[in-house]
Amino acid sequence: MIKSMASKEVAQKIFNKEELFILDVRNESDFIDWKIEGENFSYLNIPYFDLLDGVEGILDRIPKDREVLVVCAKEGSSVMVAEMLDEVGQNASYLSGGMKAWSEYLQPVKIADLEDGGELYQFVRIGKGCLSYMVLSKGEAAIVDATRMADVYMEFAKEKGAVIKHVFDTHLHADHISGGRKIAEAASGSYWLPPKDAEEVTFPYEKLTDGIEVTVGGTSIMIQALYSPGHTIGSTSFVIDSKYLLSGDILFIDSIGRPDLAGKAQDWVTDLRESLYKRYRKLSDELVVLPAHFMIIEELNDDGSVSEKLGTLFAENHGLNIENEEEFRRLVTENLPPQPNAYQEIREANMGKINPDLEQQREMEIGPNRCAVR
Amino acid sequence: MEAAKFLDAKGFACPMPVVRTKKAMDGMAQGEVLEIHTTDKGSIKDMAAWAASTGNELVKQTEEDGVYKFWIEKA
Repeated sequence: MIKSMASKEVAQKIFNKEELFILDVRNESDFIDWKIEGENFSYLNIPYFDLLDGVEGILDRIPKDREVLVVCAKEGSSVMVAEMLDEVGQNASYLSGGMKAWSEYLQPVKIADLEDGGELYQFVRIGKGCLSYMVLSKGEAAIVDATRMADVYMEFAKEKGAVIKHVFDTHLHADHISGGRKIAEAASGSYWLPPKDAEEVTFPYEKLTDGIEVTVGGTSIMIQALYSPGHTIGSTSFVIDSKYLLSGDILFIDSIGRPDLAGKAQDWVTDLRESLYKRYRKLSDELVVLPAHFMIIEELNDDGSVSEKLGTLFAENHGLNIENEEEFRRLVTENLPPQPNAYQEIREANMGKINPDLEQQREMEIGPNRCAVR
Repeated sequence: MEAAKFLDAKGFACPMPVVRTKKAMDGMAQGEVLEIHTTDKGSIKDMAAWAASTGNELVKQTEEDGVYKFWIEKA
């Protein structure tokens, strides 16, 4: 009998740095573009259609002593290949729901206890590298940069006995479809967007501008907005409890935001420089940076979270240490990595201009996030 | 295009469109063309990649109202 493995189990193996042998049976181009990353994972990519006559030919390339996981786009082919392996005596599991499910899996990781019994959680979308946040305090919740898997946040808040009051997006996202509006509507909370990113949106929203302060749970937790343009013209960061800096897509652990996803790299590069080299410089080195993405698995801490002190990033993040402005301009405008899949359609969906169904949304979000430059 | 054989794989999810295409092609003669209709979006890339990998030639490919049509000539 072949076994299925859930995304949650794979995520645990990544966090625990366990070994896993992945037989990825998707196309070579899909595999190169985007795969399950783990520090101690090893891989073999053979498309399923090259195995239709049997798997005997690849048995000597599959380790006998390690757990083998067969992965494909949606599950079907991986079940077929896992069964074929099983028939010839090779144990194998398949990834339940395939890369589609992997892309949607969210792992909540507790970042900190806040004042007065409050809590801060990071939701790690490990398959796509997206990070979102929930602040909980005295029966109230606020969410930042929610993914389209709205149910996960709503269930989580419910389990914590909290009512969702505020839902923020640090900017108009281009790599994933925001669940912010959906959550705010369902919870009758406020949906906040930076107005400079929201000029073309088709729905009402609260204007998220520099200096706005919102409290969660009465007066206990303070969320302060800090205008920090550059990835988009509206990009806004948050300082929570004077200790945590939610940096959106401006600053990551080992990279910085790219200014080109709305087609305005040259216009926005000056803003990006100003945000990173002046506005962030004025903040305390002790702030813990919590970005909206990670790019590589090495950015994960041992507990699966993604965070680092601002002072450490000023010392170690290459993108914060380019003195020459022209060199900086070149780094963020030339030789950029490819744009995220369907990024223009995703922006339109986040503006409410198009309303793709679930299957189309999944299709649009395929692949890694690609919001950074290193 | 003149097809010697027609395969309706509409409604089938991966891997069935390619599995059925392979089976159908196994029974055909060199130079004959198989016309395949699918609705699984993944088959767009997979049919082309499978054809390239097996040496069969994908001679034509179209999309009409969510139906993907392929014509593959047996090598």
